[in-house]
Amino acid sequence: MSTTTVAHHDDHHDHHPTGLMRWLTTTNHKDIGTMYLTFSLIMFLVGGAMILGIRAELFKPGLQLMKPELFNQLIGVHALIMIFAALMPAATGFANWMIPLQIGAPDMALPRLNNWGFWLLPPAAILLTLPFTLALFGIGDGALATGWTFYPPLSIQGGIGVDFAIFSVHILGISSILGSINIIVTIFNMRAPGMTMMKLPLFAWGWLITAFLLVATIPVLAGAVTMLLTDRHFGTHFFDAAGGGDPILFQHLFWFFGHPEVYILLLPVWGFIPQILQTFARKPVYGYKAQVYSFWAVGALSVVVWAHHFFTAGMPVPALLYFMYSTMAISLPLAVMFFCWIKTMWKGSMSFETPMLFTVGWIILFGIGGLTGLVLADVAADAQYHNSYFVVAHFHYTLFAGGIMGMMAGVYYWLPKMTGHMYNEKLGKLHFWLTAISFNLTFIPQFFVGLAGMPRRIPDYALQFAEFNMISSTGAFILGLSQLLFVYNIISCIKGGEKATDKVWEGAQGLEWTLPSPPPYHSFTEQPVVK
Amino acid sequence: MRFLKKVGISLAAMLASLSAYADYTWNFPEPVTPMALDTLHVHNKFMVIIAIIFFVVLAIMIYSIFAHRKSKGFKAVADKAPSTAVEVFWVLVPFAILLLIDFVIMGIPAYHSVLVMEDTRDQATMVVKVTGSQWKWQYEYMDGDAQGIKFTSVLTTTEDQRYNRAPKDEHYLLEVDNPLVLPVGQKVRILMTADDVLHNWWVPQFGSARVAVPGFIRETWVQVDKAGTYRGQCKELCGKGHGYMPIVVNAIPMDEYKTWVAAKKEEQKKASEVKEMSKEDLIAQGKTVYEKNCAVCHQLTGAGLPPAFPALAGSKIATGPIFGADGKYLPDSHLDRVLNGKNVMPAWKATLNDTEIAAVITYERNSFGNTAAADPVVQPTQVKAARQ
Amino acid sequence: MATTHSDHHYFVPEGVSYPVTLSAGLLSLAAGFVFSVATDKNKELGYLAAPGKWMMYLGAAIILFMVFKWMGSVITESVTGKYKKWEDRSFRWGMMVFIASEVAFFAAFFGALFYMRELSVPQLASFDPSFTPYKDFMGSWPSAGPGGNILGQTYTPGPLTPMGAWGLPAINTLLLLTSGATITWAHWGLIKNNRKQLNLGLFLTIALGTAFLICQAFEYHHAYTEMGLTLKSGAYGATFFMLTGFHGFHVTLGTIMLIVIWLRSLKGHFTPENHFGFEGVAWYWHFVDVVWLGLFIFVYWLV
Ligand code: HEA
Ligand code: HEA
Ligand code: HEC
Ligand code: CUA
Ligand SMILES: [Cu+2]
Repeated sequence: MSTTTVAHHDDHHDHHPTGLMRWLTTTNHKDIGTMYLTFSLIMFLVGGAMILGIRAELFKPGLQLMKPELFNQLIGVHALIMIFAALMPAATGFANWMIPLQIGAPDMALPRLNNWGFWLLPPAAILLTLPFTLALFGIGDGALATGWTFYPPLSIQGGIGVDFAIFSVHILGISSILGSINIIVTIFNMRAPGMTMMKLPLFAWGWLITAFLLVATIPVLAGAVTMLLTDRHFGTHFFDAAGGGDPILFQHLFWFFGHPEVYILLLPVWGFIPQILQTFARKPVYGYKAQVYSFWAVGALSVVVWAHHFFTAGMPVPALLYFMYSTMAISLPLAVMFFCWIKTMWKGSMSFETPMLFTVGWIILFGIGGLTGLVLADVAADAQYHNSYFVVAHFHYTLFAGGIMGMMAGVYYWLPKMTGHMYNEKLGKLHFWLTAISFNLTFIPQFFVGLAGMPRRIPDYALQFAEFNMISSTGAFILGLSQLLFVYNIISCIKGGEKATDKVWEGAQGLEWTLPSPPPYHSFTEQPVVK
Repeated sequence: MRFLKKVGISLAAMLASLSAYADYTWNFPEPVTPMALDTLHVHNKFMVIIAIIFFVVLAIMIYSIFAHRKSKGFKAVADKAPSTAVEVFWVLVPFAILLLIDFVIMGIPAYHSVLVMEDTRDQATMVVKVTGSQWKWQYEYMDGDAQGIKFTSVLTTTEDQRYNRAPKDEHYLLEVDNPLVLPVGQKVRILMTADDVLHNWWVPQFGSARVAVPGFIRETWVQVDKAGTYRGQCKELCGKGHGYMPIVVNAIPMDEYKTWVAAKKEEQKKASEVKEMSKEDLIAQGKTVYEKNCAVCHQLTGAGLPPAFPALAGSKIATGPIFGADGKYLPDSHLDRVLNGKNVMPAWKATLNDTEIAAVITYERNSFGNTAAADPVVQPTQVKAARQ
Repeated sequence: MATTHSDHHYFVPEGVSYPVTLSAGLLSLAAGFVFSVATDKNKELGYLAAPGKWMMYLGAAIILFMVFKWMGSVITESVTGKYKKWEDRSFRWGMMVFIASEVAFFAAFFGALFYMRELSVPQLASFDPSFTPYKDFMGSWPSAGPGGNILGQTYTPGPLTPMGAWGLPAINTLLLLTSGATITWAHWGLIKNNRKQLNLGLFLTIALGTAFLICQAFEYHHAYTEMGLTLKSGAYGATFFMLTGFHGFHVTLGTIMLIVIWLRSLKGHFTPENHFGFEGVAWYWHFVDVVWLGLFIFVYWLV
């Protein structure tokens, strides 16, 4: 690797503010990445604590802990927090940390906007959860109680919690757009000399498609909730038959965003999973090009299949068929990707450190999520699946296993690079096994109750569902407690531990491993040249 | 590989349960309509297919995990720069497999199911309109002998059972006062609509579910082929009572159905006769009406749940005058509010009959510590007049 | 492929407190707004309206001030030569992606218009005649809906006259199209380093933009006071005012940005080689222009 150009901070080299001011004002991509990741971890705990309340309530039939009103608020806020405040910031955090390192860039392209992108998140989280606090003081009736999907007319009927959530979504949206702009620009404009698009690490590719999807769909969500706001307060009739509107219009707009959103959450993971695989299989990724094209295919298909989320809302037959077949088509690129992952492992020289364990577990569990998604795409049977616990199980296999567990693989993979210390391998492995087992304990029973006819979003259920719910709740509590190991492991790794080498993993490949661990404040003061 | 075993066992259990789908708590409940049967077939077939994919891929992966590990000294074999054509070919194999499954093996049966499902009108012998409202179902028979029969159906599980103060019975949360009654073997066209927010009428054993959208009419159909009582639930989040609006359908043979229709018509005729009633009778009947319809929001004690749901105890409206000097009811009076509703408060004129409205108003004006100075009693005749 | 970057450091600005403060301003604005409209749904919350208003004012003031400061420091960095080709390219890409997101925002409202016009309104008129609740509803566009009861409130559509295309809207089209030309002319001036042409072109563009806004104000006034066409006029009213309203808002922003760059060019900023600030605004202006053409065709003309 030779060096040609020099690129770093202007004239003030290494004296940046310290303490709180450093974090409030920083323009450094690693600092910002760290803030995103920390925020994400905290919100994961908050969102998880909320759903533990739900699982406790559902432990046995009857109402024990909370009124239905509170129950409805907790599920919606759980989902919004997990998706927007835990999973998306985790992906953005990794992007901030790793994309500049992986493509040999001096920093993100628009550092000040980058800082703003992060600092929009705390206000959004405050707006989302403030109504709970206000309700304690007798102001309003709590957070939004419509589920995370905001469906009108329920959301038009609701109280101030809905308004708060609308603005929270607006602000989260701005944050995502800023993040996407930054990542797109960084990838297009900041690559090291010689780093052509077809040499781009898959993580950057995954994020690039994610960013495109965000730019195309988040504004539609913003528009949809804006219409909701005007319907609520300014007398418009977008979602009201009396005025010629239609509640289902909202569902179209929401899912035009909502479906691509699920791939927005996973594309970054699909990006770094192959990198982890190649590291621990000690063999380059198989089918790089095929995976890049699959990303594109998933991205393109994802914006044309949205109506599979409301097959039972009443649509003409041709529309039903179209949305069924197009939804099924998404399984094609995914089959290619699964194939490439497994082929990357095949005849490798594999070892199973924690990141690899999470990755293997991830492939299997996400496989279950994806395959059940394929089943859901069937319009006829969806009449049964829709809004039953079967769907809940499906999307936790994709969101928790596919999303959160993927992120955990990423955390263990990169943590030594980011902190300069090795985490505790024993604890990491324990964390993996506990998580994987209790996760299945929590969600496999939900497939069964769902098929047997238990609707989602109900605070209480018929007696025939009692046993499975009890198992599920037990699993959820073990799952929750296991995450404390994760938190402990991260904190102790930041505090100290065995020094990590530059390369960390024997089979690691990519520019980020050429820098010291932890990388210096300004990473590539000299841009590497990729051959 | 404890974990893999665990997953394997769980999935084997899932598969076993599928093949032995006599155990219905693991899978769809026993189908009783052609549509549900069809859906079950599609579902089972699909489940078997994905289970096969899953296990085949899993097997390959597990083999690789055991065979190709560093601890066993396996040296990585680089994919020797496959010629692009070969690479493309291999990558396209899984692609082709899923193509076949998606669009042929699954796609074709699914296509037929959809057509059957959406054909609501052909050979339908009767029409029933189902209206969802917070939080009860209203059923109306739209044609034939039963035309004009109309009733609401609400949960009968008591609050004591829900809050664990009384033992729960067998059909906890799945029992109603007036089940929908349908004749066996007839194709019934169902029109769906809603009064307030979205609801979804779902009886798992019927295999049909359709969202009830306020202001729109949606359609589905059922043809129950086996007599029995079938239970389901609303499955679209519709507010705090979402978990408490079950559906119960009694499917009975045609001749029994005919008798039921006749009896129901007689009963409704009696109920709609409007006569003067004594204050005590009104209050007694009003209490039942109140507990069934109003207590969800205004609570049994009349204390409401302020600020969302106002208290009726001591409410100005529930104690103030109803009728003006000209004998017409005043705007924003008790009768106006109950007949026409306001904001979240539903309008009851379409759901309750004159006697019921008179009764519930009289009850409210003389309970919860209320003593109305003016118009303590409202008579059914007055309500009838007010409707004009 | 951008393999050779200019041989200098990429400019990473020092830490700044604008973004955090800006976010705090947004929080105050949003929460204040919610408080100030809380009464709509809950009578008891009337006492929040006044504090809510003040929170909004405070938030808006913070936001304005911070945007001003932030842009100010960007301008300073620009004129002191901190930005070279490499940074410039970042700004260009960034602006383009931002405009793409704006397009998606408008697409949501166009989508709603299309949906109501082609799907929901006709559907409301096409239910089985023996069961439909809307016996006399024709379902033709423009429509204020069939009327009815929703969540306890009765809505009765009034008579509806759509806004004609060939009066003020046609004039507005002309104004905006001309302004697109004048800004391009100004750009030519800038490239040829003809400052007079640049300043004059910008001034004309601002004048045309302002004229557009004035016309639109007249149009709204006419709609509300004489035609009875309001935001509450069902599907047509909602889509008409939301689409043209958001567009007008973007024109306003565009005009303000034009004024800023006009003042800057009067001060002698921008060189023929280096004028991203100018171009960013020009792109934005063209985008607003194109949205207007969509509006003119689908909202005004083809009714
Ligand atoms: C990250 C999240 C994520 C992902 C990736 C997916 C992926 C998919 N989802 Fe899912 N989905 C959700 C999150 C996600 N989903 C959520 C959150 C909801 C509910 C929202 C709500 O209502 O609140 C939902 C709901 C949902 C529905 C609506 C159900 C209903 O409400 O009625 C449908 C219907 O078609 C669907 C389909 C699919 C399909 C076809 C895929 C496809 O992309 C899947 C493609 C993948 C495959 C086909 C796997 C291929 C695998 C192999 C080839 C081998 C694997 C084997 C081993 C590894 C051993 N999803
Ligand atoms: C990324 C997304 C994501 C993630 C990670 C999760 C994680 C979990 N979810 Fe969630 N969930 C959704 C997205 C997600 N969910 C969505 C979109 C919905 C639909 C909502 C709707 O209907 O609108 C939903 C709904 C949903 C339901 C259905 C509710 C209903 O319909 O009535 C259930 C029920 O079991 C559930 C359970 C769980 C559980 C047990 C976890 C667990 O994996 C959580 C594990 C983590 C923890 C338990 C945290 C551990 C922390 C502690 C124990 C310490 C606590 C201490 C402090 C805070 C200091 N979720
Ligand atoms: C869905 C919940 C709900 C149900 C069910 C309900 N109400 Fe109400 N009711 C309300 C709400 C909300 C208000 C306040 C309306 C407003 O002023 O905005 C209200 C107001 C009233 C008032 C006026 C009270 C006052 O002081 O403002 C009366 C009287 C009343 N309801 C009677 C009834 C009767 C009788 C029934 C049953 C037949 C009933 N309600 C069922 C929600 C409900
Ligand atoms: Cu009605 Cu849920
Ligand atoms: Cu989807």
